[in-house]
Amino acid sequence: MLVIENLTKRYATGDLALEMVTLSVPAGQVVGLIGPSGAGKSSLIRCVNRLVEPSEGTIRLGDLDLSRLSRGALGQARRRMGMIFQEYALVDRLSVMENVLSGRLGYVGFWRSFFRRFPQADIDRAFAVLDRVGLTDHVDKRADALSGGQRQRVGIARALVQEPDLLLVDEPTASLDPKTSRQIMRLIVELCAERNLAAIVNIHDVALAQMFVQRIVGLRKGKVVFDGPPDGLTPEVLTEIYGAEDWTATIRKAEEEDEQAAAAGAPVILARDTPLVTA
Amino acid sequence: MSAVSRRWTPPPLIANRVLRYVIYGGVALYLVVAFGTVELNWARMSEGVVRAGRLFAGFLQPDFTSRWDDIQAGLLESLTMTVTSTIVGIILSVPFGIGAARNIAPLPIYAFCRAFIAVARSLQEVIIAIFLVVLFGFGPFAGFLTLAFATIGFLAKLLAEDIEDIDPAPLEAIRATGAGWWQVLVYAVLPQVAPRLIGLSMYRVDINFRESAVVGIVGAGGIGATLNTAMDRYEFDSAAAILLIIIGIVLACEYASGFIRAKVQ
Repeated sequence: MLVIENLTKRYATGDLALEMVTLSVPAGQVVGLIGPSGAGKSSLIRCVNRLVEPSEGTIRLGDLDLSRLSRGALGQARRRMGMIFQEYALVDRLSVMENVLSGRLGYVGFWRSFFRRFPQADIDRAFAVLDRVGLTDHVDKRADALSGGQRQRVGIARALVQEPDLLLVDEPTASLDPKTSRQIMRLIVELCAERNLAAIVNIHDVALAQMFVQRIVGLRKGKVVFDGPPDGLTPEVLTEIYGAEDWTATIRKAEEEDEQAAAAGAPVILARDTPLVTA
Repeated sequence: MSAVSRRWTPPPLIANRVLRYVIYGGVALYLVVAFGTVELNWARMSEGVVRAGRLFAGFLQPDFTSRWDDIQAGLLESLTMTVTSTIVGIILSVPFGIGAARNIAPLPIYAFCRAFIAVARSLQEVIIAIFLVVLFGFGPFAGFLTLAFATIGFLAKLLAEDIEDIDPAPLEAIRATGAGWWQVLVYAVLPQVAPRLIGLSMYRVDINFRESAVVGIVGAGGIGATLNTAMDRYEFDSAAAILLIIIGIVLACEYASGFIRAKVQ
């Protein structure tokens, strides 16, 4: 689905954020992108939807070469890539519904969007994703009236309503408490499975990443230094990515939680806390 | 073993000791010399006190009635000038404000809008009014143009700075959905700046009313012209009435705009 080849990003300041990154993500796969701050995680996902202009290399989404699109074509291509942000990036003074519908802006004309007269099909889509993320009761609330977890669900709904092929997820849990973080990660992973979406998830919390994603890519100083399954993250690998530190606690935490869940005799993902969506 | 206590004092504003004393000494010397050159003409001041006494006596007995027709006409003119110039000013200041925000406008448009705003702001209302009175003749039309022009300088600058201060995250998010430039403006920028824009516009209404009194003095119509006439005729009681009415209207505007600003936050 997404194929990145030899992607290099050099900022005007001369900082080399990404160096010859090659990565491909098939449909339905969720990739956790880990690495220290400044490793280029953010630059990488922003190069994909060209919020940051790549310096060299190619990025293809299906048959489309994203790195060579004109302005107009870029807008069309961005509709196929949903993005989810660290601090939710909602427009606080707009309602939940308006925030979700803003995910359809690439599909509707200016005056329709200006007067909030979206086609009925778009409104149906918006209600459907709001149902899915469990926010049906908050449609007309202002976005800043919601809790952190709810706000991130609005962010997810906004990305989903685009009906994308790819999700670009930038630190989705960085400002959430541990339990909400898991619910949000679980939701993202479930949605990708349901809709067969490819996803790149930037994430700081290694244990959380191991718990939910099928594949981990480690980035250090703009280079891919690890690419493999979550249980391939040994202390040596983590030292390679982040630098020397005692990693045993980080790894043990994730394993113990898996064991506890297995011991409870329920599917690993669903057993840990309350169901996400109450009907 | 107790630790040796270490002294700490805040570092001085100017690190270099010599430079510090030279600057402080220079400022003190300048003040002494400058005060020495101020001429006080006590005789003229005492005459002025007598006139001021008459003026304040007029204030104690403001005369609303004998010139009421003039006052009413001037007021109406001023209020018309205020409302029209504020509305036109707001409508024109929005595009200039957007154009002058570096984070959303391309460089050439930014440079042009900033230059226009700088010119509009560097000229004081009275100067613009004198110029426009020469151009369009005495009367409220010159006043209207003056205030509209000044409103653009004021609102566009503050709006531009407000736009530059917005949270960039929603901007990025809306852009990432594939929205066009105008849609990004309406969905990510406008909601963030709208409350302050409304607040500033309300504030500008009462500035424009006050300024309408000032530009009237140089011939641009309105209550200022009436006030000027009253002063020229030494009708301090009528002048006092006009001033009281101006104060009353400004206070009313102030409360109304405060109320509206509190509502839209």
